[in-house]
Amino acid sequence: MRSLLVVLFFVLATGNGVTAFAAEKISREALSSGELKDLYFGEALFYAYQGEYFEAISRLDTELIQYYGLDEPDLNSLYYHIDNAEFSVGDFELYYRMHDRAGRAIKAVIEGNVEEKVRNEAIYRLAKIYYQKQQPLNALHTIEKLAGETPEKIQYEEPFLRAQIYIETGKFSDAINLLKNIEKEESLQGYSGYNLGVAMFQSGNEQDGILQLDKVGQIKSSDERVQAMRDKANLVLGFRLLEAGQPAKAKQYLQRVRLAGPFSNKALLGTGWAAAANGEYDRALVPWTMLAKRNITDRSVQEVLLGVPYAYGKLDIYGKAAILYGQALESYSNEIERLDASIASIRQGKFLKAVIREELKKDKLWLVHLRELPETPETYYLTEMMASHDFQESLKNYFDLAELEKKLEEWGRYLGAYEEVIKIRGAYYEPLLPEIETQFRALDSKMKLRIEQRDKLDKRLKKMLISPRPDFLATADERIILQRIAELESKLKEQGVVDEKTLHRVARLKGVTTWNINIEYHDRFTQAVEHLAELDEHVERLKEIYNSFVRTRQAATQSYKGYEKGLTRLRIKIRDALGKVKVLMARQGHMIEVMAINELEQRRQRLEEYQVKARFAMAESYDRATKAKQEQQKLKDAERVKQQSQAPGAEQSPAVNPGQTSDKNSAKDTGQAEQAAQQVQEQQETSVAQ
Amino acid sequence: MKIQIRLVLLFTLSLMLSTVSAEQVTKEQIKGLDEQVQDIKKDVLGISSELNQLEEKLLFPSNTQVSIFVSLEKDTSFQPDAVQLKLNEKDIAHHIYSFKEVEALLAGGVQRIYTGNVRTGDHSVEVSVIGNTGGSKKTRTSTHTITKGVGPQFVEIRLSGSGVEVKNW
Repeated sequence: MRSLLVVLFFVLATGNGVTAFAAEKISREALSSGELKDLYFGEALFYAYQGEYFEAISRLDTELIQYYGLDEPDLNSLYYHIDNAEFSVGDFELYYRMHDRAGRAIKAVIEGNVEEKVRNEAIYRLAKIYYQKQQPLNALHTIEKLAGETPEKIQYEEPFLRAQIYIETGKFSDAINLLKNIEKEESLQGYSGYNLGVAMFQSGNEQDGILQLDKVGQIKSSDERVQAMRDKANLVLGFRLLEAGQPAKAKQYLQRVRLAGPFSNKALLGTGWAAAANGEYDRALVPWTMLAKRNITDRSVQEVLLGVPYAYGKLDIYGKAAILYGQALESYSNEIERLDASIASIRQGKFLKAVIREELKKDKLWLVHLRELPETPETYYLTEMMASHDFQESLKNYFDLAELEKKLEEWGRYLGAYEEVIKIRGAYYEPLLPEIETQFRALDSKMKLRIEQRDKLDKRLKKMLISPRPDFLATADERIILQRIAELESKLKEQGVVDEKTLHRVARLKGVTTWNINIEYHDRFTQAVEHLAELDEHVERLKEIYNSFVRTRQAATQSYKGYEKGLTRLRIKIRDALGKVKVLMARQGHMIEVMAINELEQRRQRLEEYQVKARFAMAESYDRATKAKQEQQKLKDAERVKQQSQAPGAEQSPAVNPGQTSDKNSAKDTGQAEQAAQQVQEQQETSVAQ
Repeated sequence: MKIQIRLVLLFTLSLMLSTVSAEQVTKEQIKGLDEQVQDIKKDVLGISSELNQLEEKLLFPSNTQVSIFVSLEKDTSFQPDAVQLKLNEKDIAHHIYSFKEVEALLAGGVQRIYTGNVRTGDHSVEVSVIGNTGGSKKTRTSTHTITKGVGPQFVEIRLSGSGVEVKNW
């Protein structure tokens, strides 16, 4: 008994709720350090915040691969988030249950050249992975490497995790000291206090543990998770006291548990046992009757179907007890039929098909709704089976594999479409590109020539800044005039003309032209520079068009060339991965089916045991009822004989039907018990509401 | 009486722990299979990354690529119901937001709503948003100009109670 309660206590104490709470909070803090500087990082968070971790990891992985492939990654916008991105990808991998890869990624951060705070955060996360993987010693060795300053965002989470690890490794007093320091922290309300109580119990400090859990059991909060922790504390405390032979105290805690919470069935069962242990069977009937009306698939409900008639039996209401045992037998038979149907349906593979239905992904309460679907016996006990951590994890893996299978099949089809695109592009560009290439080469050589000319002009103008050359800036007309003048001079010389007047006129013409060229030199030089600047603008535009053309030509070529190897490689990878996924799905599916069938068979066996017990108890109740009736009859017969002997004329008085009296008494007893039960139920509901 | 109750409890609890099935699943089997599932996840993620890069290169080359993202202003009370986008007067995207998506945007996530190809230069983007601010329904339409450069162009549409802000990245 003790060991069983300890098992229950441990299950409750080290449940996933505590760990899950801390993990979720960190993920939401990915951006807390500042404004978003990289949109693709924001996109990864968008998916992560929706719980779509595959998409989140895939996008972030792509970003990180591109980032580390850059020559100057510090110019990339991801640079501002790189530490967060590295951590986030590890976090997402954890949520996607890729603990091994997450661990490796975080180890790489720890071993890298990073700031103390970053390193400490990485150590914290690695310790958390070990803790979640149920490797407390590794978690302990890791967390003890923490040194120096820890980031503010884990200032409470870190000691909380450390305390959890200490509890798991038997360092209870260290855990108690840590938890006492963070007990009042709002973000850990309920969790730290509860774990403190657990640590106190584990350290053997029973009294302090009771006081601590009592404190947690009275926390006032509107937060559903805190309320659940409060219920958990009260339930654990109640069962512990029940086991310690203090049913009155136990009842007090068990009655604090909410009637609609996740622990209510166990609490109602326990409350009944607490009352029964005190001999208050009428009071035990209150929670048990309430519990008996709940969903029959719950273990507590199945158990209480025996408890209720047991209590009636103890109240000497054997008739009612016998009837209720009969009803319990009927319920157990129905449930066994359902279990058989569930097992048969699971064996036919319907369970796995049902749990991966597409429409369930969008429904938070899919699990509840699934079991309400008509004609799906395979899912009737799903919520009960989900109580097992291994089953949950296996089912999640199966979901993930099913998703991977869909993705891989879809990608296979994508590759076909891409090949089609490439083929169409090839057919379009192949005939066009040679002609374009020829035209491009002709234009390219012309352009190079013009640019060379421009560069010469530029050089010449720059030289003229140092040594002015007005003749370089003569207009075309002036050049022609000067050429003609030179020709005239040459002719006059050949003809031997020595006419002073003619020579003077020629010299004057030459002088005027040269004068103009020299006098306008500065203006012309300025104009030339301005024209060159204008030319530069055109050249720049030309270069842009040229570059754009080069890019377009390159893009056109790249749009259909060089994909073959990549596509073939991807096709092989997808095919191989799909094969592996199918094999793993089959294995994982079989494992889930075996686990489900094992669980259902256990339940079936238990119900069969209940049936045997109910049959014996029913027979015993009928025997007792009959015996009681016979005894009453004997008493009444003796009374009648006595009355007859005392009064001779008494034969004429109206006969009393002993059976009626007995029935009346029995009905009266039942009525009184039910009335008492009703009163206590009202009292209990009032106390719970308060 | 206490002994009797304890026996009942013991009986019922002990049944929970008993196993009868012929085929059992061991912890080692669960762990081994889980490790294999982790390995295949890693492989498929690798394929996904490769495919992302191939898609980008093949379908959205950097010289024509434009990606439009939707975000929510920090601490805004505005909650979008739907967004519709037109690029150069042509419908390119419309999206109806689920509760989870709105929550993700409010937490700081950014949604990539469109990726496509455009020429370099100026383009008009018309954004129509339907949403709630403090319980009242609001519909807004605004037109903005974005400039496509030589490299990939990222555009952020930031929604808030006061309007729509478009930022060229």
